[in-house]
Amino acid sequence: MSASIVIFYILAAVIIGGGILAVTAKKIFRSAIYLLFSLMGIAGLYFYLNYEFIAAVQIVVYIGGIVVLIIFSIFLTHASGKDMEKPKLMSIIVSALAVVFACAFVISLINNYSFVASTNTAIEPTVKNIGRQMLSTTEHGFILPFEVVSMLLLAALIGSIVIALKPKTEA
Amino acid sequence: MNEIGLTHILFLSAILFFIGVYGFLTRRNMVTMLMSIELILNSVNINFVAFNKFLHAGKLDGTFFTIFIITIAAAEAAVAIAIIIHLYRSSKSIDVNDADLMKF
Repeated sequence: MSASIVIFYILAAVIIGGGILAVTAKKIFRSAIYLLFSLMGIAGLYFYLNYEFIAAVQIVVYIGGIVVLIIFSIFLTHASGKDMEKPKLMSIIVSALAVVFACAFVISLINNYSFVASTNTAIEPTVKNIGRQMLSTTEHGFILPFEVVSMLLLAALIGSIVIALKPKTEA
Repeated sequence: MNEIGLTHILFLSAILFFIGVYGFLTRRNMVTMLMSIELILNSVNINFVAFNKFLHAGKLDGTFFTIFIITIAAAEAAVAIAIIIHLYRSSKSIDVNDADLMKF
């Protein structure tokens, strides 16, 4: 066993363990912290695959943004020390069975499928290459989705402010 | 197998996806359901990056899909949390079973 394999299995254990604890923890705040560990493991996996830019984006947006947002919403809506309501036993059994069988099915499919890699010369996913192609207006550029997504972010920003505004009390 | 290949990473992302589905099915609390959705989206991102690295190394399309999914997930989380906070103000609960404001 080389070090690379050991690192992959450690990352996989962090991701899957964090994920399982995040969906089964009794206290909602702990659930959010386990989600943080899982997302951190995923960022580590991107580093492992040499996608440094995606890993940085993952840390900045997910860990620095979304998890902090979730923690704030927990503080605004919960008594975070209390246990959450337990799901019904029947619902746990049925969901667990469905998930286990579906997971086994997908894993057997992946196991039996032979993937064919393309033989083109590899492009390094460096920030320079990503930036050049994302903002290029030629055939394989991504400038249009980039602009559309910036409009979407603006709409989401304004929309969430409008939705979460305190309604004015009519005097 | 002595080398970490595409199938290992696909196994990992499949397991993570179904953990997210399990959480989505069993939790009845909107914030935890949102967390399960984040897990599902992350497993999809892992798939895109893995396919880009192992099958189509000559293109960067998987990277761009991952970046756009992360962006849209951020927008979705912001709007979802705004809705949750608004719902909490009006009904003092964020259990999905209590949200019957639009029931006809």
